[in-house]
Amino acid sequence: MSIALDGNTIAGALGELFAVDVSVAVFECAGCGHSGVVAEVVVYADAPGMVGRCPACSDVLVRLVRSDRRAWLDMSGVVSLRIEL
Amino acid sequence: MPGIVSPGFFGRRREGGQALPPGQYLVRDFPVLSAGPTPRVNLDTWEFRIVAETGEQRTWDWKAFRALPAVDVTVDLHCVTKWSKLGTAWRGVSVDVLVEGIETNAEYALVLSYGGYTTNLPLRDLLDGKAWLAFAYDGSDLTPEHGGPVRLLVPHLYLWKSAKWVRGIDLRTTEQRGFWEQLGYHDYGDPWLEQRYSED
Amino acid sequence: MARAAVLGRLTWRVGTLVSFRDETAVARTVVFQIPDWPGHLAGQHVDVRLTAADGYSTERSYSIASAVDGDLVELTVERLPDGEVSPYLSQVLRVGDQIELRGPIGGWFVWDPEVDSPALLVGGGSGVVPLMAMVRTRAQLGSATPFRLLYSVRDPASVLYGPELDRLRSDPMLEVQYAFTRQTPAGYSRPPGRIDAAYLDEFGYSAALRPAVFVCGPTGFVETIADLLVAAGHNPHRVKTERFGPSGGSS
Repeated sequence: MSIALDGNTIAGALGELFAVDVSVAVFECAGCGHSGVVAEVVVYADAPGMVGRCPACSDVLVRLVRSDRRAWLDMSGVVSLRIEL
Repeated sequence: MPGIVSPGFFGRRREGGQALPPGQYLVRDFPVLSAGPTPRVNLDTWEFRIVAETGEQRTWDWKAFRALPAVDVTVDLHCVTKWSKLGTAWRGVSVDVLVEGIETNAEYALVLSYGGYTTNLPLRDLLDGKAWLAFAYDGSDLTPEHGGPVRLLVPHLYLWKSAKWVRGIDLRTTEQRGFWEQLGYHDYGDPWLEQRYSED
Repeated sequence: MARAAVLGRLTWRVGTLVSFRDETAVARTVVFQIPDWPGHLAGQHVDVRLTAADGYSTERSYSIASAVDGDLVELTVERLPDGEVSPYLSQVLRVGDQIELRGPIGGWFVWDPEVDSPALLVGGGSGVVPLMAMVRTRAQLGSATPFRLLYSVRDPASVLYGPELDRLRSDPMLEVQYAFTRQTPAGYSRPPGRIDAAYLDEFGYSAALRPAVFVCGPTGFVETIADLLVAAGHNPHRVKTERFGPSGGSS
């Protein structure tokens, strides 16, 4: 069975790309307008990449693929990320 | 790149001596991969649609689909996450049957699924007995976890091309990238050439 | 409010197993020494990467079980029957062996000792691990913040950290309440059962106290408990959740 995990599953991989802890950033979903912290995004990790979905509407918020040499990050499902500094 | 070797760690194994594509290991179970919640598709509303670039369409409901001639096929599966499963037994309808007689100049296909998944491949790779719409696995109805009621089966390419919960195929003159292909995965995905990522 | 500390990009570090102890028949705590470990907050985790001699590599995420202790980090690993990583960490790895770790990760599901509102911790199965890091951090700091730990577990033999929790609960401000779902200890006053609304009402904190709430466990458990707490009047923004579960590849 494939089971949904939370945003912490993707936080380590994002931490490889970002200089801030993205798991506490607040996203706004482009699909339904829901906002919440990245830590509470529903993450499917048993796939060719990681997929983060909105906990409210299950639309795709973020996709991350990692090869040995590069990462591909799609955040088109997120209107914005609010990051406390 | 992975660094240190963990002594005594072998991982999910992986038997040698098999005729497997490079980098693959053999599994006995059937791993379930998914990028989202498993769609529960009602057979009363299920339909499958082929849309050509001309606008010509063909649609089958469940009853019409199951009235099409079906065949048994036994094939090897190769997942880009590096597992392979040999000798899997399916029953399904050849894509050749579905597209027969459609007028098209399309060179590309975009496969569409319930739940929003998409994948792209050359149309010729769906033809000439190379691809099926499978509705049974190992003698039983295909379960939702493995893509039921119907999944695409294109076993000569990496398994992400064999879309689960399939609902249609768009025939296109230009290539439109699918769910994983947009994120760096290969447009073709030949496991024997290890075409995992677009730069491979 | 948790802040996004500017940490720089995460990189893999090499950790050496320095000791281990068995917690139950299937769970083992493994203690790694990680040079230059920057410390962590209670509730954070690490990614673990294992690499085989032929280059095959796989990663998993584990909650940190311990409070900050120099360059030592403890994980509690429950062995999954068909797992790939958990049997290795809990059975094969020997003292002196090295693996790669990346962390600490996650600033959301963390207990902030500066906040003195009471904390309600609800754990299901090995979901108790990050909550134990909070309990241990509280004890280490000598904090007087009221804590209630509600621990849903199958049977007495599956309890993690039992003797340590028994010792710690001598602190009257730390209450520990078990919910045995399959089998209770002999002479236990409550029949086996899951945590429900009545249980939360009896053993949790009232929403009026505005507790910080941390719920960790399998997805279904977390969703059920969070819904019950919100229905009981807890502000959804104060109910922090963390879910885990065996995945297709298994842990």
